[in-house]
Amino acid sequence: MDFQLTDEHRMIQATVREFATREILPRAAALDHSPTFPAEIIQKAAALGLMGMMVPERFGGAGVDAVSYVLVQEELARASAGVQTIITVNNSLVCDPIAHFGTEEQKRRYLPRLCSGASLGCYCLTEPAYGSDAMSLQTSARRDGGEWVLRGTKIFVTNGVEADICIAYARAGPEPGARGISAFIVEKRFPGISVGKVEKKLGIKCSSTAEIVLDDCRVPASNLLGEPGTGGKIALSTLDGGRLGIAAQAVGIARAALEEATAYAASRQQFGRSIGEFQAIQWMLADMATRTDAARLLMLRAAYLRQQGTRYTREASMAKLFASETAMWTTHKAIQIFGGYGYNQDYPVERYFRDAKITEIYEGTSEVQRLVIARHVLGKNVIGDS
Amino acid sequence: MNIVVCVKQVPDTEAPIRITPDGSGIDETGLTLVMNYYDEHATEAGLRLREQFGGTVTLVSVGPERAREALRTGLAMGADDAVLVSDPALNGADHLGIARVLAAVIKTLPHDAVICGKLSTDDNAATIGAALAEYLGLPQATAVAHLEVDAAGTGAVVHREVEGGVEVVAVPFPALLTVERSLNEPRYPSLPGIMKAKRKEIKILTLENLGLTAAEVGVAAARTALVRLSPPPARKAGRIVEGDTEQAVAAILAFLKDEAKVL
Ligand SMILES: Cc1cc2nc3c(=O)[nH]c(=O)nc-3n(C[C@H](O)[C@H](O)[C@H](O)COP(=O)(O)OP(=O)(O)OC[C@H]3O[C@@H](n4cnc5c(N)ncnc54)[C@H](O)[C@@H]3O)c2cc1C
Repeated sequence: MDFQLTDEHRMIQATVREFATREILPRAAALDHSPTFPAEIIQKAAALGLMGMMVPERFGGAGVDAVSYVLVQEELARASAGVQTIITVNNSLVCDPIAHFGTEEQKRRYLPRLCSGASLGCYCLTEPAYGSDAMSLQTSARRDGGEWVLRGTKIFVTNGVEADICIAYARAGPEPGARGISAFIVEKRFPGISVGKVEKKLGIKCSSTAEIVLDDCRVPASNLLGEPGTGGKIALSTLDGGRLGIAAQAVGIARAALEEATAYAASRQQFGRSIGEFQAIQWMLADMATRTDAARLLMLRAAYLRQQGTRYTREASMAKLFASETAMWTTHKAIQIFGGYGYNQDYPVERYFRDAKITEIYEGTSEVQRLVIARHVLGKNVIGDS
Repeated sequence: MNIVVCVKQVPDTEAPIRITPDGSGIDETGLTLVMNYYDEHATEAGLRLREQFGGTVTLVSVGPERAREALRTGLAMGADDAVLVSDPALNGADHLGIARVLAAVIKTLPHDAVICGKLSTDDNAATIGAALAEYLGLPQATAVAHLEVDAAGTGAVVHREVEGGVEVVAVPFPALLTVERSLNEPRYPSLPGIMKAKRKEIKILTLENLGLTAAEVGVAAARTALVRLSPPPARKAGRIVEGDTEQAVAAILAFLKDEAKVL
């Protein structure tokens, strides 16, 4: 057992910590108060190699391992969870499936531009009537000569407004459930795709969340990702990696809350001494630190397993579940430590609290994570699913 | 264009510095060490010249083995090669000794420009660049805040920030430049850069490899000796001015005039 990060891990972590502290942190509050897409930050992140971190170098990626990936995502989220959302979706949900399931041609066409910041990706799985039950999705794909014709509505698509490359899931065969689903690489310039309603959200405000309407959208047959009928498998295996990114986001938010609360506890005076001298505050900080560390360890274990090429579905779910609930709990306590000052926008802890909530919802709610974990604990057939 | 950049590893300026009890040095336990900030700007200047003219950027450092990390940072920023001179015989060497060692390395490398930081943030001496130029027999321009190399790469016109104005100086290449932090904005090492740097070998040389002896450049040759390091005096507590706004403003004005004498 060796708990050490490698020299490269530490160098990557230190570089991105400095980048995030200097380039993102000073703008994080403004990006929350008047949400705009942080195009300049994304271009700088791309120059650092953060948009396609695990993509092999020959396709323009940084070629780093999964541990580096989560360390970087934590640093980004500690500065701004909104900015990190934009970046993690491009990495985990778009570059990853193309790198794993794409043809050589698809990789060469799409990965370099997704890595360089010339393009931005989004992931279109959720539909109005199918969220947690995504494998029942109803968007259809019909073959017409050399093209597929996609019809349906996707919602809550992160980067939906700015992205030009979409991974869209649609039902291309008669088989029910996951087996009927295929994945497609859809460019926004293809005819029949448009952006619909853009959501107003509680947190991660600078990342857009939009409806994507596929109105007989025509997609070249060469843009089918993987084999027909493997879309469900692609969606789920992609989500394992995505959950690493969300676990790291949650750890980053929790750490930010802990750092702010610790500094505040040392400086705020009441009853003639700093509030950090009161045991009630110390216990909160101790629990925040312990849970954040535990979440980080679960995150690193899941990333390590991925790096080893082992199946890590259970571990990714555990990391995502525990880290997101830790982010929620820790940001809640941070506001308590700040008292009234924590409730207003002069300090960042109320933003952390709002940002934290999404980590319990997307890429599988906490309930869905528990379902996945329970399935591993009990064995597949005990849950009563088909 | 072949560019050599001199790099030193120093304590992070934000790290708290503890001096050893005998005052002979600083306690390095738990200390974060980084590339001297000025050298990041020197590296950036070198990389930009390479982008403009082609060629190579070679980093050179003198220091303990751990200084390899600072070189690794420069390689990750995009430098081509790195050389470290590490020899216990250099313990206690003074700035002239270090400059002579750097000169010995650089003489073995093709160099159209040698770029150093203006100073290193640990010693604040600002002597290495100037001494190195002398040992190499190169023209020098120090404290460069603006750099313009002619289209053929045969020389540079530089701006130096001097008291009350700007001095414009022309130097033919090969030349030695020391750079200000205002010269440029150093790039962050990129992730692919870090991965490439990991695969590069950092050459480590001893005095013997360079044909130098401790008697020439080590403590025996030092013309200055460190007597003692001591921490700065503790900062005095601030003063809180009481009273209503009018009284407080008057009190602060009186303080600025009579005590601080800044008005
Ligand atoms: C800001 C934001 C960004 C998003 N980005 C994307 C994106 O980029 N791409 C994309 O495809 N989707 C995205 N989503 C969608 C997200 O993944 C879904 O919202 C999520 O999976 C939950 O689906 P739902 O909202 O339909 O909730 P529902 O599935 O309707 O769930 C409602 C409640 O019921 C619970 N529940 C549901 N089923 C069960 C069950 N079997 N057992 C116990 N409890 C259950 C849920 O846990 C939840 O508490 C995003 C959502 C948001 C809010």
